[in-house]
Amino acid sequence: MSGLPATPASSVPVLALGDVLLVTLQGELHDATAEQLQDHISHRIAHHPVPVGGVVIDISGVEIVDSFLGRILAEIAANARLLATRTVVAGMRPAVAITLVELGLTLPGLVTALDVDRALSLLGRGPGSAAPAHPEGDA
Amino acid sequence: MQVAEHDTADGVAKELGGFLERRREQIAQRWADAPLFRTVFTVSRDEAVEACKAVVDALADVARSGRLEDVQAPGFAAVRDQLGRMAASRTQAGFSSSQIAGEVAGLREPTLTLLRAEFEDSSSEHLEACLLALTVLMGTLRLVVMETSVSAGEELIARQQLQLLEVATPVIKLWEGIVAVPLIGTLDSARSQVVMESLLEAIVDQRARYAILDITGVPTVDSLVAQHLMKTVAAARLMGAECIVSGIRPAIAQTIVHLGIDLGTIITRAGLADALAYALTEQGIVVSQGPAQGGSPR
Amino acid sequence: MHAPPAPTARLPIASDADLAWVRQQVRQAAAGLGFGLVQQTKLVTAASELARNTLVHGGGGHVEMTTLEEGAARGLRLSFVDNGPGIRDVDLAMTDGYTTGGGLGMGLSGAKRLVQEFTLDSRPGEGTTVTVTDWAAGLPSPRTGAP
Repeated sequence: MSGLPATPASSVPVLALGDVLLVTLQGELHDATAEQLQDHISHRIAHHPVPVGGVVIDISGVEIVDSFLGRILAEIAANARLLATRTVVAGMRPAVAITLVELGLTLPGLVTALDVDRALSLLGRGPGSAAPAHPEGDA
Repeated sequence: MQVAEHDTADGVAKELGGFLERRREQIAQRWADAPLFRTVFTVSRDEAVEACKAVVDALADVARSGRLEDVQAPGFAAVRDQLGRMAASRTQAGFSSSQIAGEVAGLREPTLTLLRAEFEDSSSEHLEACLLALTVLMGTLRLVVMETSVSAGEELIARQQLQLLEVATPVIKLWEGIVAVPLIGTLDSARSQVVMESLLEAIVDQRARYAILDITGVPTVDSLVAQHLMKTVAAARLMGAECIVSGIRPAIAQTIVHLGIDLGTIITRAGLADALAYALTEQGIVVSQGPAQGGSPR
Repeated sequence: MHAPPAPTARLPIASDADLAWVRQQVRQAAAGLGFGLVQQTKLVTAASELARNTLVHGGGGHVEMTTLEEGAARGLRLSFVDNGPGIRDVDLAMTDGYTTGGGLGMGLSGAKRLVQEFTLDSRPGEGTTVTVTDWAAGLPSPRTGAP
């Protein structure tokens, strides 16, 4: 729905880091912005000049994840998977993790990492990517 | 003369109120040196004097309302918070509530002296009545303070219990990227909560990829605690770390199975050492015996 | 002894932006009462779920925020009120995974797990009120009968 041109000002920027898309979420996220982001990422994966090697969503700046945002994150990962791309959610805060678990959302399909560095090495990119100890396939 | 009015209890109470109002400054000056005020209001003597005045005002208010024996008299409401803080501060300094009550009782004497001086010329019966009224009022103040000091003590105990919980669950770094909590003793819901929070915090602080929950020292696990363990594992996973539960004793394993809780998705190891070995291997770290030990490679 | 009349804030819930505003206000109030970070996060998340319910299922409404004081205990009460269609089967709506709104169906049941006290009052055709209350941890509950 956002069309081809640049996304509106209120939206979340999606940076290309080599063949990896890096999304940094921060502070308050309106529902509409989150939904927009979901479309935008699918669009970027589908139209990227080179095949996208992975999507990293940094949520270290996010103070709460409710079931709505949880669903959006899960759907971004599911959509990416359909487009043959892996998604890693990085930097979830302890309080957010405890709350999500209590809420009943363990998001089993989601691959997670402590921070963006770890996420990149999990995707086989970035420094110290020698041996990804946990390819997500072995779960 | 005004004798008729003076000798009704209400009249005496009103007169006492008037006395407290007139002698506010002198009473406050004398009280300010008492340990109860001096050790609590330490910024300046003026601060202590002001605090004393607030209490004198409250007493005058109570006296005027004629409710000398009423702990719930509205006059006390204005200073209840202040008295609570004073009691709490004395409690923290190690005083028991009866010692604090004793300190409050100590405020009576200087006030009685002033009252005697003021009513020097009255009839002795009248003086007696006023002294008695003041004694009753000071007794009531003592009760009010005792009440607040008891609740201040409870608050202190609650806070200490919380601190004890945190002390009793240390999270230790075993290796680069590996943290562990050795749990000892009974796990209840409150402690499980503290364990979960401190372990997850440690994961962030130490950038730990592996977190070991060692329950070798835990005698029993009920369903609530088992659920807490599961939640901790799930939360760690959401943060990008892997949790390993070690030291599940046979009796506990049986309980867990009996409770119908599925540990299938959780990595478990027999002991802390096995859990550490697992975490090291997963990170590609090989620990070998030094050459001095000789020995044959296995 | 009862607490003095507690201050109450009333926030509208009519749009996306209102949800964000409610989250911020609840966070601020909870922090001001000395709630720990985890408890704050749980309460704000519950508020977000319930406010979204008010918006999506109730057709909008408002939330009332009340600070509570009982002895040494400090608490925060949030009442989410809408005049929407109401909930016909409350038990069903409280079931994990039950959804009519395309979410994950964790809204009501999940929110209940995140707070200490939870009550739901709904009449078909008249609307729904969900009230949640949380008390700051680490302090004893009001004394009931100490000597």
